[in-house]
Amino acid sequence: MLRTLRENRPLQGFLLILPTLVFMVGLLIIPLMLTLVVSFGRRSPDGGVIFTFSLENYLRLLGYERNCPSGEAVCFNPLYLQILWRSITLAFNTTVLVIVLAYPLAYYIARAPARWRTALLFMVLVPMWTNFVIRVYAWMMILRKEGVINLALGWVAHQLGIPFQPLEMLYTPGAVLVGMVYEFLPFMILPIYTSLEKIDLSMYEAAADLGANPWRTFLRVTLPLSMPGVVAGTILVFVPVMGTFVVSDLLGGRQVVLVGNLIQRQFLDARDAPFGSAASLVLMVMTLIVTYFYTRKFGFGEEIIAA
Amino acid sequence: MSEFAVELRNVVKRFITPEGHEMVAVDHVNLQIRHGEFFSLLGPSGCGKTTSLRMIAGFELPSEGEVLIDGQPQGKKPPYMRPVNTVFQNYALFQHMTVFENVAFGLEMEKVPKEEIRRRVGEALEMVKLSGMERRRPRQLSGGQQQRVALARALVKRPKVLLLDEPLGALDLKLRKEMQLELKALQKEVGITFIFVTHDQEEALTMSDRIAVMNQGKVLQIGSPMEIYERPNNRFVADFIGETNFVEGEVRSMEGEWAQIYIPAWGRELSGRAGPGLQVGQKAWLSIRPEKIRLLDEPRVNESIQGRILDVSYVGADTRLFLEVSGVRLKVWEQNRLSSLEATHFYRAGDAVYLALFRENVLILRRE
Repeated sequence: MLRTLRENRPLQGFLLILPTLVFMVGLLIIPLMLTLVVSFGRRSPDGGVIFTFSLENYLRLLGYERNCPSGEAVCFNPLYLQILWRSITLAFNTTVLVIVLAYPLAYYIARAPARWRTALLFMVLVPMWTNFVIRVYAWMMILRKEGVINLALGWVAHQLGIPFQPLEMLYTPGAVLVGMVYEFLPFMILPIYTSLEKIDLSMYEAAADLGANPWRTFLRVTLPLSMPGVVAGTILVFVPVMGTFVVSDLLGGRQVVLVGNLIQRQFLDARDAPFGSAASLVLMVMTLIVTYFYTRKFGFGEEIIAA
Repeated sequence: MSEFAVELRNVVKRFITPEGHEMVAVDHVNLQIRHGEFFSLLGPSGCGKTTSLRMIAGFELPSEGEVLIDGQPQGKKPPYMRPVNTVFQNYALFQHMTVFENVAFGLEMEKVPKEEIRRRVGEALEMVKLSGMERRRPRQLSGGQQQRVALARALVKRPKVLLLDEPLGALDLKLRKEMQLELKALQKEVGITFIFVTHDQEEALTMSDRIAVMNQGKVLQIGSPMEIYERPNNRFVADFIGETNFVEGEVRSMEGEWAQIYIPAWGRELSGRAGPGLQVGQKAWLSIRPEKIRLLDEPRVNESIQGRILDVSYVGADTRLFLEVSGVRLKVWEQNRLSSLEATHFYRAGDAVYLALFRENVLILRRE
């Protein structure tokens, strides 16, 4: 028995991937298939699923609605399209902001003396030891009407003798953006740092030697050579931001509904699993399309993922 | 145009090691490099040759002293404002650019018009025999080709001085020899001053007009390859460049350029050319190159000394003999002038031989 194993290379390989295979098939492929099947079904009056083949859920996402207030049989309601669009633009804005914030920090860490780098990277990672949801709650404490920012501003206004109206910051799209940027910043810092750190110092010297001042060296050498890190970071940030619902739920309230919130509510509040499944799949396909075009243009940043 | 292309005046470079100790990498170095010269900085690793080069390029600033390029003090000028270009040891080619873009980079920084860039890059690539490779990436080139791109990239800027930091170090021996000749020819063709850093003495001898031999941050001798090889002025230079036999002795007398040295091991006096700073009564080295010792089968010459062959190795062009002469070991290289397969025509271990150390071939060097 053991002997067979020792001599059978394909079997060895199969055994090595078996645990992951079981995991992926059991917890990804099969549930995904179920989701697909359910998404073509219909909600039963008691919140169960009637299995049929109907495109109704998908049409509803695209804006075709039955039982309209106007009394017509079918009408156009852009609500869900708006949610999808909002999710994409938010993911896009978050990613751009995260790049803008993460790059200088990653650059700073990469160029810091070697003995400081570990400590600085450690500080980037420390917040991640706290639970994700708790960190979002912390932002509520900061942003709400009686929160840290308003208290501080109020105190300053009071000292200056200016009348002060607390700012409405919580439950706005801005609050969701801030929360998202904060949560996903480390996922951009790390890959950019890795790619910057790999650039040989002689590259900077060669550029300077050929007449490039520091700014032009950055634009022509540093930035292009660190693009794999930016690309990898973009994928690591854009994809999860498209799907999360905790940040928008807590910091956006009912004001900022994203696809993630829509899906969550369909399953938990509305008990409409078929519609929730359809929304999940649309989210997945949308993310895949964006990622596909992005990676076709810039690659996967595989140098970084491999490193 | 000033008298020298590059001048180093009393340049000192100190570093703080990670352990917090101060280290003097370059110790009061003075160099005067002429226009159009192929000048080599030669020495073992850690001798300060690369640091000296980097101070000329502007990657390091001197702790003391001054670097002048074409008569202009460089002060704290950054590298991008200095009229010199560097060929790096690892080539430092931009991997994200094509060969053309790599070579064009320096001209773009000077805001040279596009048309002219195209023309000059074409010429530079032709000069290093890489025409047609414009669209390749550095990764797709062999080591020798990458080396040429690095060369073209630096030369296309028409610098006053080209700095080369062990540029042939990564190439295999055969390619290296080819590139040595090519580089030398190229330097003659463009007429630019080359400052070439190497630890390979043969390379330095082959290519240079003048060589500065460095050790422990100091310049020990500057001279033509011939001067450096035939008249090393101290033991380190004699030992580092080529091979040399050293025999301990004491200076007995001096007359003009000649000195007499007493060799206790042999109980006799020998005559030789006096090195710098030699004084009567001082301990000294008798120094003679292995190929400059004459072997005789009989004691024909008055001065001949008897020795015994310990070991023989035949290396084609010559036969290398290891002798023992009254407790002193000597290397002797005999050229194989006659073609023969007869073993008796060659020296054999155990043979007794007589050596002649002609005074023209003997150098007497101070013992520090």
